[in-house]
Amino acid sequence: MAKEYRHSVSLDRDRCKGCTHCLRRCPVEAIRIHDGKARINSNRCIDCGVCIDVCPHKAKKATSDKLADIKRFKYTVALPAPSLYGQFDNLDDIDYVLQGLLDLGFDDVYEVSRAAEVVSGLTRIYLSRDDIEKPVISSACPVIVRLISLRYPYLCENILPIQPPVDIAAHRARERALEKHPELTSEDIGIVFISPCPAKVSYIKNGSDGKKSDIDLVLSMSDIYFDLLDVMKMELSSEPISHTGMIGVSWASTGGEASALFNDKYLAADGIENVIRVLEQIDNGNFPYLEFIELNACNGGCVGGMMTVENPYIAKARLQTLKRYLPVSENWDFRDDSNAEIPEKYLSGPVEYAPVSALSSNMSEAMAKMSRIQEIHKMLPDIDCGFCGSPTCYCFAEDVVKGSADISECIFMLREKMQKAAKEEQHEDQ
Amino acid sequence: MAEAITFHFDVDGENFTSAGNASVQVKRKLRHLGFPADVIKRVAIAMYEGEINMVIHADGGSADVIVSPEEVKIVLADRGPGIPDVALAMKEGYSTASDSIRSLGFGAGMGLPNMKRYTDSMEIDTKLGVGTTITMTVKVA
Repeated sequence: MAKEYRHSVSLDRDRCKGCTHCLRRCPVEAIRIHDGKARINSNRCIDCGVCIDVCPHKAKKATSDKLADIKRFKYTVALPAPSLYGQFDNLDDIDYVLQGLLDLGFDDVYEVSRAAEVVSGLTRIYLSRDDIEKPVISSACPVIVRLISLRYPYLCENILPIQPPVDIAAHRARERALEKHPELTSEDIGIVFISPCPAKVSYIKNGSDGKKSDIDLVLSMSDIYFDLLDVMKMELSSEPISHTGMIGVSWASTGGEASALFNDKYLAADGIENVIRVLEQIDNGNFPYLEFIELNACNGGCVGGMMTVENPYIAKARLQTLKRYLPVSENWDFRDDSNAEIPEKYLSGPVEYAPVSALSSNMSEAMAKMSRIQEIHKMLPDIDCGFCGSPTCYCFAEDVVKGSADISECIFMLREKMQKAAKEEQHEDQ
Repeated sequence: MAEAITFHFDVDGENFTSAGNASVQVKRKLRHLGFPADVIKRVAIAMYEGEINMVIHADGGSADVIVSPEEVKIVLADRGPGIPDVALAMKEGYSTASDSIRSLGFGAGMGLPNMKRYTDSMEIDTKLGVGTTITMTVKVA
């Protein structure tokens, strides 16, 4: 049994009206409605954020740290995700945003896009090896990595074994802070990631791939947006702050990571439902030969994250303008040298298959349950209305067998029962 | 001793985009039943190839998957044209699929060979003009 995964997506019970929007749209059927309120099954939830997006009552929320929390540290470094640069109108230089972060109270900034360029270099080296499982699947989106670990045992080893940019950025930011300020201890330093999505918050809170994360706080992009906007001046300081090229900025939207590999044998898909279809097809083996697969849970990529402010396609258009005069990359730590070794500290642990859907650990028992589910399912109307609180009639049958729902909760079954009772009563009257 | 469970699927012959759906559903059920990953993979691939074949050559058909803790049996039945020369059809690279099917990336002549490779036994019962029934089993080691 896998250890409990802590989530950042949660429910505001007071706002929840018990409607079925999230129930129907959750791609992993993790939501049920009980006693008029939605409930998220944390074993199944992949933090994709779809329920936050579709809730008409704003009852789903993503928890993150607050800007005031940075005061707990003597020295803080902001780690802006590249999607942040797409959130502002008329922005022609990344330094406006970075200077803004410094003016908000951070002591230094380290762009995640710099680490992204490092990851691009390392991935090119990794792809040149001939002892690896292809297609290699990006490790950047934590939703995808979690989804694969829950559902696709054979794809676990295809996941790029290199840490996502945010972890490498955190590591480098801490190293740099200690170098610049030898008087500080590691505990004095607060590494603060500015996240576009709740999935990255969860990923970090769960200790980035099993290890202790170098990131101390995670702020939501939308939470700090107006504070940042208030202090942003469209003036440039004498010293350039940004060290990011086109590649790093491109990571913010779908296709950016893949196209940075200078290899045309790639696929880039986004939107959780599209991604699931792609994964099913790779899993079936009927798939064209590809070197690399970039999958993003959010529409448009990270610019579509639930903690961003701007429409993802507008943000993407802005990034295109922003990167027009940038060099290809500013971080060539790892030149394309197929003999180069990927440093141990940037490797991530293997992704392990940890299914949650098994009906029982005993197969005979699981089969008996499955038979019962089939029987109950046949009795149901199969219209997936959601009134019972389960997303589909099939799910409801499963829930009944698992003991978490009662057959009488199906309004169609109830109606039949009442009609039958009424008829019997009539019969008795006569 | 658990009784075997049968899952039945109709494979729609007109809808190419939904080909492979039965395979996805079977995969899900086997996962819920707790089958080992390699068994699930072998069943899913054999089933997928068979499904595609039924759509390409036989205008659809039906798929029954009979599951017990010892083995998974897949019975694919269609009322297509039948296979004139089974030995030839089993040869890797041999295909009678049309150019339009090939342009979709199918028809590489690997369907039947893959079905045989991924299963422990495969029987083909075919009659020209009547149809084909393929029975495959994957044993749970």
